[in-house]
Amino acid sequence: MSTKSTAAAPAKQASRKKIRWKRILPFYLMALPGLIYIIINNYLPMFGIAIAFKKLNFKMGIWGSPWCGFDNFKFLFASSDAWVITRNTILYNIIFFLAGNIVAIAIAILINEIRKKFVKKLYQSLILLPFLMSWVIISYLAFTFLSAETGMVNNSILEPIGREGINWYQERKYWPFILVFINVWKGVGYSMIIYLSSIVGISMDYFEAARIDGATKWQQIRRITLPLLKPTLITLFILSVGQIFRSDFGLFYQMPRNSGALYPVTRTLDVYIYQALMKNNDYSMSSAASVYQSIVGFVLIIGANKLVKKYESSSSLF
Amino acid sequence: MKSKESIMTQAIANFVCGLFALMALLPFILLIIASLTDNTWATANGFSFFPKKWSLDAYHYIAVQWDTIGRAYLMTLVVTAAGTAVSILITTLFAYAICQAEVPGMKLLSFLLIFTMLFNGGLVATYYTYVNYFHIRNTVWALIFPGLLMNAFNVILVRNYFTNSIPVSLIEAARLDGASEFGIFCKIVLPLSLPIVATIGLMTGLMYWNDWQNGMYYLTERGGGHLYTIQIILNNINENIQVLIQNSSSLGGMNIKMPSTTVRMAIATVGILPILIIYPFFQKYFVKGITLGGVKE
Repeated sequence: MSTKSTAAAPAKQASRKKIRWKRILPFYLMALPGLIYIIINNYLPMFGIAIAFKKLNFKMGIWGSPWCGFDNFKFLFASSDAWVITRNTILYNIIFFLAGNIVAIAIAILINEIRKKFVKKLYQSLILLPFLMSWVIISYLAFTFLSAETGMVNNSILEPIGREGINWYQERKYWPFILVFINVWKGVGYSMIIYLSSIVGISMDYFEAARIDGATKWQQIRRITLPLLKPTLITLFILSVGQIFRSDFGLFYQMPRNSGALYPVTRTLDVYIYQALMKNNDYSMSSAASVYQSIVGFVLIIGANKLVKKYESSSSLF
Repeated sequence: MKSKESIMTQAIANFVCGLFALMALLPFILLIIASLTDNTWATANGFSFFPKKWSLDAYHYIAVQWDTIGRAYLMTLVVTAAGTAVSILITTLFAYAICQAEVPGMKLLSFLLIFTMLFNGGLVATYYTYVNYFHIRNTVWALIFPGLLMNAFNVILVRNYFTNSIPVSLIEAARLDGASEFGIFCKIVLPLSLPIVATIGLMTGLMYWNDWQNGMYYLTERGGGHLYTIQIILNNINENIQVLIQNSSSLGGMNIKMPSTTVRMAIATVGILPILIIYPFFQKYFVKGITLGGVKE
């Protein structure tokens, strides 16, 4: 009798295992296409980082090419480009964050005050419109305004008031402003909607109470709305600290129309990497810059997240 | 009772928001007007909101060149539709799988997914991998596959929706009735998730419609010209102009055929028209996509 039961137990266990497998196998199958995709798209290229430490020879491939240690990085940082592209990337990101959020918060607060529902919706839709367009399209829009020969600004604004037309795509000094303006113009609808959804979430009781106490609109905004938007601002801040080493390739590549005269104020890491890779076929410089960007970016994201965990653990990202 | 302050607030709010709305809209109006301006007039007087001479020549040119532009249009549509459909499928499947906390290994998959947001191989390594190991250059896969097909962000949005909005009891009941897991996914989970599917679908579709970078990286004029989408054509026109300007002194009359300025504006107009047309109807999904994605829940 005892032998019977010991013989039955493994069989039972085996069948339970079989049932379990049958139950969980479909989930692995469901995850498979996505897993294959991230392996191909994200994980295999991580091995390609080795290119930055190699003297790449196409005939021999990545793994056949000889190692060269940190030579590629030495070349990169010996050039003056490395400093300029790092400075541009970081400075633009800081200004974009400040300008973008100030404008977005202001518009979100104002649009929330508008009483006519239709008008509110219309404004919101229109302000979001540029966000839906690609940078190529926006480079065409900018060109209708800024072209030296046929641009609207030169022909219909500057010349009628007796000023000489400006060769926009050659003059360095205007571009920091143009880039900030266009970036805010395109992105403000997006952040405005995020802030608006936080404002709508604020309980009306606060404003009611403040009104009864005789607070003016401005006081309500300063003492209630703005402080309650702080968590949203902090989340957006961490996200952008993590991204400070990345630049919007479309913006910096399409807007200046690849004008060499503008490089000192328009070229960022992503544009440099693209040009070194595709235009000059320079694998050593581009891969070194690319790895430099990935690794510093990674450190910044981890650092930003640590900081938040310490400061406000509920808004940390992971 | 309307107080003086409330009238002031309304006036300021309407003025400032109206100004920004106008600033957002006017460049598009100028683009469309530019495409309808007579080319000689535009060359002499520049683009204007009030051109003295209108013309449909640019659109006539597009109609004549419909071989190229119509094909690019079709290509844009095909790539957008195929990319979006496949993307929705693998995104929702993956999200549903990693929701199953009791299945061993799903934690690891979540980690692998989130790690892709933190670290990547960068452009050079990605480009090298796709070109040398997957031979993606000048194939239609180049427009669908790299970077766009599934992103961690969308997966997390969908996963959150699944865990928050789909009652577990419903799934358990279906399981007891003997439904297969794939059956449950198709017949219960997906139909209940239409809002989030519409939201990520719209965002993904927009990304495919607007993409010009994959075309720039992986297509060449000679081998991949037949795969050009509208955005890639627009980008190529830009690049060719730059080549012309850079070489104008040395090469004199170079032989790159360049569409006139107004024709370029007309092609751009044709490229944004579908977005302008569907936007009013899908506006609420765009807004939802942003509010869901913008701040981590």
